[in-house]
This record gives sequence, C-alpha cells and structure tokens, in this order.
Amino acid sequence: MSDYSVSARNLSKKFGHGHHAVQAVDGVSFDVKKGELFGLIGPDGAGKTTLFRLLTSLMVPDSGTAVVEGFDTVKDYRQIRRIIGYMPGRFSLYQDLSVEENLKFFATLFGSTVAKSYDAIKPIYRYLEPFKKRMAGRLSGGMKQKLALCCALVHAPKVLFLDEPTTGVDPVSRKEFWEMLGTLQDQGISIVASTPYMNEAVRCHRIAFVQDGKISECDTPENIRRKFPHAILAVRSRDAFSLLQDLRKFPEAHSCYSFGNYQHLYLHSEGGADGSAARLQEYLEGKGHQDIRIEPIEASIEDCFMLRMNKEGGDYGDV
Amino acid sequence: MRQFFAFVEKEFYHIFRDKATMLIILLMPVVQVLIFGFAITTDIRNTSIAVYDQDRSEESRGLLSHITSGPYFRVEQEVQEPEEFDEIFKKGKIKVILVFPPDFSETLAENRSAQIQLITDACNPNEANIINSYIQNIAARYALSLDKGWVESVYVEPVTRMMYNPQLKSAYTFVPGVIGLVLMLICTLMTSVSMVRERELGTMESLLVAPSKPFHLIFAKTVPYFVISVFNLAVIILLSLFAFDVPIRGNFGLLAGASLTYIFTSLCLGIFISTISKTQQIAMIISLIGLMLPTVLLSGLMFPISSMPPVLQGISYILPARWFIDMARAIMIKGLGFGSIWMQWTILGGMAVVFLGASVRGFKIRLN
Repeated sequence: MSDYSVSARNLSKKFGHGHHAVQAVDGVSFDVKKGELFGLIGPDGAGKTTLFRLLTSLMVPDSGTAVVEGFDTVKDYRQIRRIIGYMPGRFSLYQDLSVEENLKFFATLFGSTVAKSYDAIKPIYRYLEPFKKRMAGRLSGGMKQKLALCCALVHAPKVLFLDEPTTGVDPVSRKEFWEMLGTLQDQGISIVASTPYMNEAVRCHRIAFVQDGKISECDTPENIRRKFPHAILAVRSRDAFSLLQDLRKFPEAHSCYSFGNYQHLYLHSEGGADGSAARLQEYLEGKGHQDIRIEPIEASIEDCFMLRMNKEGGDYGDV
Repeated sequence: MRQFFAFVEKEFYHIFRDKATMLIILLMPVVQVLIFGFAITTDIRNTSIAVYDQDRSEESRGLLSHITSGPYFRVEQEVQEPEEFDEIFKKGKIKVILVFPPDFSETLAENRSAQIQLITDACNPNEANIINSYIQNIAARYALSLDKGWVESVYVEPVTRMMYNPQLKSAYTFVPGVIGLVLMLICTLMTSVSMVRERELGTMESLLVAPSKPFHLIFAKTVPYFVISVFNLAVIILLSLFAFDVPIRGNFGLLAGASLTYIFTSLCLGIFISTISKTQQIAMIISLIGLMLPTVLLSGLMFPISSMPPVLQGISYILPARWFIDMARAIMIKGLGFGSIWMQWTILGGMAVVFLGASVRGFKIRLN
C-alpha cells in the first residue's frame, strides 16, 4: 500500500473519568518507513507504553487510527497479531518455564517451530543456548531481554515493537542488544523501540520525542542535533552546585543543565561561542570558582531533549 | 490443534513445578474427607452419662448394663443426691443423667410399667434427641428381654425400618457430600485464579499479541486439573470404601461418569470466575465465600434442602454440588441406575456448557 510500515494518525487514549482522567496519548501522528529503526524517546509516564499497546492492537484508541503493514489495528487485529513481534516493557514470559520451553511455546503459538526460525533468531539465541535448560525466572536481566526478543522474533515478524527493551539491563548488555537490533535491520524488519536512554537514540534512523502523550519532534538524530538553536559550553569547576547557580545568572545564558560532571550552558547568541567562553571564564573567576574548564561542544540528543522537555514542561532551568 | 497441545503442556509445567500447591492439591482431599468423616458426625459414641440409682436392684443394674454394653454410652459418675444435677451439667461433660426411681424393681415385679427418668443436656437439641431415642430403644429392648409373656395394655407400636442405612450411619450422607465439596474446592478454586494470574503476571499481554485462540487457551487450562481431580476422586472413593465402609451399591461406571461430569462442570465454573475477576484475590473470594459457603450450607451436604426456605432452595438449584450430591447418594447408597439420575446429569452437563461458553465469549481479546 505504501512505503510505510506503521502509520499513526491523531491517536488518542484517555484513562479514567472526571478529574482523575489521564490523557495518556494525545493526538499522536507519525510514520515508520519499511525497514526503519524508529525510536520513541521520552521519560517514564510519557505515554510510550500506551502508544505501543495501541499500535499492537492490545488497546483501542479513543480517536484516531493506526495502520500496521496495511492493517487497521482495530478492525484487522487478527492479521496484525500474526505479523508483529512485541516485547512488552515488563518481562512477560513464563518464569517457571525454561528458556527452551518458552521459545518452543511461543513458536507453536504462531504455528511455527524453533527449527524453522532458527536462522532468524540465531544471532541472539547463541547467547542463550548455554542456558537453555534454565528457568526464565532465574535468568539475569540482560538474558531475560534476549529471551524476550527471541520469543518476539520466533515467528519471523514484519514489524517489531520493543517497549523499553534495555531498561534494567547493564550497559554492556545494552550495547549488545542494540547491535543485535542492527543485525535484524539487515533482515528487513521494521522496528519501533522506546527507550529512556538518550545515548541509545543515536542508533535509531529516526526518533520521536514523546512527552505528556504528545510527539514534540520527529526527525533523524542528525537533523535534530543540527536544529539545536543554541551554542553550548560544557563547563566544570570544583564546586558543582554553586557553579550551576552562577551559570544560570551569566548574562548570555539561556539555560543550563547538569550532565554528569559537566554543566551544559546554552547561550543566547549564536556563533559567538569563542568570545563567550572567554567572557564566561572571567565571570566565573570573579565569582571565585577554581579549576574552571570550559569547552565549546556540539549538541547531543540529550541536549535537544532537555531543552525540548523544559520548553514544554515549564520554565525549570531557564534563566 | 498443535497450539492447543502447547497450551496444555504449558499448564502441566505450571502445576507440576509448583511443588507446594501440588502437595496441597493432593493432600487436601484426604485431610478433608477424614475431617468430615470423623469429626463432623452425628453418630453417638462414647457419650458420658451419670446415674442416680435410688433402687440399686438387680433390674436397675441390668438395664444399665444394657445401656453401657454398646459403644454408645459409658457411666462417668454415680450421683448420690439430686442436688448435684445442676453442677454436673454445668461441667458440660455429661450429656444425660439416668434416674431410677426407688420403686423401679418393685413396679416391674408387679408387672406394671416401670419408669426411668432421662435428664438431658439440650444445649444441642439434635444431639439430645438422638441420645434420648438411643436410650429409649435400648430400654424397650430390655423390657422385651424381661419376657413377662404378656403385655399389660394395648398400644400402637410403630414399626420403623430405616431403608438403605439401617444403622443411620452419618458417613452415608457425608461421604457423597464431601466428594462433592472437595472436588468443587480443588477444581473451582485452582482454576479460578489461573486466568487472572496470567493477567497479573503480564503473560496475558504476550498471549494476546499472538494469534492465540481463546477457546484453546481456556480449554487447555482445565485439562491438567481434570487429570489431578480424577486422581483425587479415586483416592476419596477408596477412603470412603475402606475407612468409612460406605458402600457403592450402584454401578461403579455410572458413579465415575457422573463424577467426571461434575469435575468438568466445576472446572468450567472456575474458569468462568477467572474470566470475570480482576485480581487473584477477587477470584479467590468469589470461589471461597461466594461458592464454598453456599455449597457447604445449601447443597444438601449438611442440611436437607426440602426444609429450607424457598429463596435458599432457589439458590441451591444453581449449585453444581447439589446435583452431584443427589446423584452420588442415589448411586452409592441407594444403588439406583441411570434412569433416576439422568435429569441431574443433564443439568450438570448443561451448566458446564454454559460456563465454558460464557468464558470463551467473555474472554477479552484486548487489555483494558
């Protein structure tokens, strides 16, 4: 029908009634191209999980439509459930079944067998094979995620939905996991994945910022970074707390956020980062800071997200 | 079909790997049958009595030895003064005091009707009645054994015959009832949490997003419990045969068939509860309080249905256990055939179809 694997149009979903009502998803529209790795980036409670449930036909939207591989998520839920793989945010396999048994069960559920889909899942399953007799409940977090991914892949789906697949997983396994998604990409599977980790966002072809049930920006990570409207100085000194306070009072400051050991200062004026750096050095020395280090840097996805979040969510952080 | 067997296999894993639950399922019926069979009995055994014998004659001793020779009564205390009666009953151990008047043997010797007095603790009226009638029976037999050769006055003597259970053993009524209760407890309680558990653990999300057929999923959940219940049924029947001497007078195959139908109906009821409950706790409350209690009280297990008020009789109609207990008593105790239980059987089967159908229809294909 089109080049799009997933198309959402004005999707909305509300929970509860009266003033307890929560608008979990609020007029969301986006498209995922075939074979694309599409990232939904947003904090907890942004509505990512509900969005996944709408796209996987597990919930019916209050308004709007979603189409997956040409099938409507409400009308054609039966067809959709045959061709998608879904890995819920919470571990949803049987803890009292072994790795092998879980895999076999889900393969059979889809009318397939482990042997038939072995080639497709092999890149991931080879990590699990030594533990195939172990109960799923006794696997480590990273192993559980790999098993869940295997179970979601065991019927060779056309679209894969991964709800925070790397939450609660150690950094090494997280990196491994994204590399595995890369190999799946080579098989032509479209993937929609959500994550609260910004550093994972760059691995996606395109990302969408999700906040309060809305998509605030949707583009390639590269374009999003390029569109960042401020010059950034990464600043560090001995007293991090008073540094943040002082940086926010710096006349050229637009806003300032903590990133680990560094404070990222977004400047009002564009292009004049060099001159600003010198003026800032002077300003901070005047405030009595020691061991000052100032580096001009490129905007990261996290910078874009922080700025975006706080623009929408109030003036916290703005000067 | 392969999908169905995959579901069944998975359910077996769940049950057999949960050792604690498994143990409960297998031991519970034995414990329950023993408790019901031995503790909750209306038979009179080893009842303590006191005697106030003002006659102290060969005749009074003779009647007393008749009374105590069986397994029913033993003399706990000899009373010297009528003033002691109050004290004795207050202690609560002695249920009845037997009073022989001073002229007991004298009256008998004159071939007149002699009297004895029974003073009974009627805190529990049923028990008091049963004790009274036991002693009256023994006294009547004793009177006959005196063989005076003639009866002084003409009176109407009702000749009773207790059909099917001449010794009025309470096990005869309890055992079929307990089979009904225990099977209901296992089948319904265990399955009622099974579907909710999938929802609570989140595994339902994985099942829903796959092309699983609700009928396969639901029907598969009944299979392992069915197998376990058949095993339990065998244990209970053996116990009732050998521990309680309850006979199976009717056709064994008929009893087995009726029981299997009942097991299946209970399983379907459990599944139905599971599909309408939001949490495991709610499912348990529904099956324990909403189902067990009425089953114990209203199914005819303990109290006769015919003496209940019409509303409660109405409720008893919708309890599967009522129909099963009816059938089990008819087959085991009365030895009746299919002709007299087909109606109950059909009702149970119909209930199973309704519950199963309602579960499949009520199955939610999406998350809420």
